[in-house]
Amino acid sequence: MQVMVRAEPFDPGAELARLTEGAGPGAGALVTFTGLVRNDGGLAAMEIEHYPGMTERAIRAVADQAITRWALLGGLILHRYGRLLPGEPIMMVATLAAHRAEAFASADFLMDYLKSRAPFWKKEIGEDGAAWVEAKAHDEAALARWDAPASPAQAVKAGS
Amino acid sequence: MAPEGHGDVAPEGRDDTPPEGHATLEVLYFAWVRERIGLSRERVVTAALTVADLIAELGLRDARYAAAFADTRALRVALDQQLAEFDASLKGVREVAFFPPMTGG
Repeated sequence: MQVMVRAEPFDPGAELARLTEGAGPGAGALVTFTGLVRNDGGLAAMEIEHYPGMTERAIRAVADQAITRWALLGGLILHRYGRLLPGEPIMMVATLAAHRAEAFASADFLMDYLKSRAPFWKKEIGEDGAAWVEAKAHDEAALARWDAPASPAQAVKAGS
Repeated sequence: MAPEGHGDVAPEGRDDTPPEGHATLEVLYFAWVRERIGLSRERVVTAALTVADLIAELGLRDARYAAAFADTRALRVALDQQLAEFDASLKGVREVAFFPPMTGG
């Protein structure tokens, strides 16, 4: 799975096309999520700070967990830092698997981890000044659901 | 740690080895922690045994540090780029980072 942390803008469509073209035999499902800078009235820009070194390591560690847990065939985690404008893509996650259950679940898992365990900090720049975005309790709480072992029903579905 | 090629003679009057019982840490600050302290990183020589000890020590420096460390519930710490608890030992640690809860994704 490719991990990219960078300042430059990206084109989610182009990244997906690349993944689709490069998908090997056995890949039957490609799921993707793209996060955008929400165009709330008054937002001039979003600045994203990151911890060089730790960011790549932390994302790579969670990617490896996802690959193992859901037997993924590939994918992509791309996250920007720096100054972003309203409407711009911030990040994307794409997961490639044999079947859709694994592709959906792993993308969901990766997003929950990226929200709370990837060292980025967002600052909203408005007309009246700037404010750091606060972490949300529900994002932290979302991590806990991935600790529970898969139910027998989930295991059966995953094998279908 | 003497750079290569400089032989056995230490530069006059300078010795980078920390005092007995002390360690040299690279301390990094992010987001509003960085803004309150006014630094993104600094080298710290300390005898602190745990993260909590280090926070207590830094908080005493001046009002900016006190403001940054006022509420540790609003802070997180990473040791050598791994998230850690405040009671974690600093033994063998080279890099300490303080930051608010992450807001990626």
